[in-house]
Amino acid sequence: MKINRNLCDVCGTCVAVCPVDAIIVDEFKVTIDNEKCINCGNCVIVCPIKAISEEK
Amino acid sequence: MMIKDKYDVVVIGAGPAGSVTARFAAENGASVLIMERDREPGIPVRCAEGVSHKGIEPYIDIDRRWIASDIDVAKLQAPNGENVKMYNNGKGYVLERRIFDTALCEVACKHGADLITKADALDLVKENGKIVGVKYKYLGEIKTVKCDIVIGADGVESRVGRWAGIDTKVSLDDMETAVQYTLCDIEIEDKTCEFYFGNEIAPGGYVWVFPKSGNTANVGIGISGDLAKEHGPKYYLDKFIAERYPRATITYTVFGGVPTAWGLEEIVRDNIMLVGDAARQVNPISGGGIVQGMIAGEICGKVAAEAVKKQKFDKKTLKAYRKNWDKRLGKNQKVIHAMKNKFMKLSDPEFNNLMKVCNSIPPEKMTVPRLFKEAVKDDPKLVMEVAKTFITAKFK
Repeated sequence: MKINRNLCDVCGTCVAVCPVDAIIVDEFKVTIDNEKCINCGNCVIVCPIKAISEEK
Repeated sequence: MMIKDKYDVVVIGAGPAGSVTARFAAENGASVLIMERDREPGIPVRCAEGVSHKGIEPYIDIDRRWIASDIDVAKLQAPNGENVKMYNNGKGYVLERRIFDTALCEVACKHGADLITKADALDLVKENGKIVGVKYKYLGEIKTVKCDIVIGADGVESRVGRWAGIDTKVSLDDMETAVQYTLCDIEIEDKTCEFYFGNEIAPGGYVWVFPKSGNTANVGIGISGDLAKEHGPKYYLDKFIAERYPRATITYTVFGGVPTAWGLEEIVRDNIMLVGDAARQVNPISGGGIVQGMIAGEICGKVAAEAVKKQKFDKKTLKAYRKNWDKRLGKNQKVIHAMKNKFMKLSDPEFNNLMKVCNSIPPEKMTVPRLFKEAVKDDPKLVMEVAKTFITAKFK
């Protein structure tokens, strides 16, 4: 998963639906740990601004 | 003010749930630090800002400084345009959260709590597996503060709970994805909160119009995370606004998620409690969390203070919070949640019909509970559940 930081509003919605705690918010910045990520797509669906997309 | 090295209780997050928790813990004798990530409590506003008078009145003296608008009427609009106006839900307000949250935090501080802003909690400090403090970043420096109890009041992200190993995950069908604009230069109905329903308007959710003054309003949308696969909430809200308020100016934009779960299985562990949005203590139907968070905060703060008096911070002692919350509101949560699932699945014709039925009820009898009664009455299983809850609540 990849985050477009220009769009991201750091609202935390993706963090709440991530089943494997792969998303971290730190110093007003969201980071996805691709080692932990299982590509379930929950964050992509709930992100209200579509800032998260699957890495091709 | 100097921040001490150790407190009895550290509350992470200075929203309504955190501030009320801190206030009741401090008022009952605990030393309390409130830690806020942002510059001040209440920002950025991620909220439609509507509350009932009855809900907030026990926790703060009503002050016009943080009231944007008085509300007397709730208007619900069906997909076909038919609407129901409800006059009997009691008085309400649309708040200025930025000022309200600061005022609530001041109440906590008046009762003896300390506050540190611009302090971003990073992790829990553990010794031999036991929580003994909080690691945080303040003005670029990593610091720690010791404490016996950590209270996670850190909102929808609920990071504190995760640090403690609690499963705070919200499932997709219990998450609304949301956008809100503050619009200016629009025509709105006086003292009325409007709600718009329909699968073309807001699949699995609703659009709200909450007035902030004579010609400005919070206009937002929450749609079901489960149903939002094709378009995001912004698509639907932009469509709604283009049709209704084509010439409005947007003065504020906020994106976020609203949990609509019944709560969490686990809100207490040794040395830690979760409260408010972090514990998913929201009304599953409306998505409102201010009043629920404050009620939970009162219970949580009192339990924390009691634990400090006893100097016992294990899960067993803190579980009084869970018990009292379930007694007060938690049990109802599951029923409201079941009603939400029913409500969310209504088709447009079913919703139109519901509004028609409501309009045949005399206005003085039309209230939100009555609406839900009408909505669930063709579902005997749910009716039983609702009845059971109200009966057990009555005989307690």
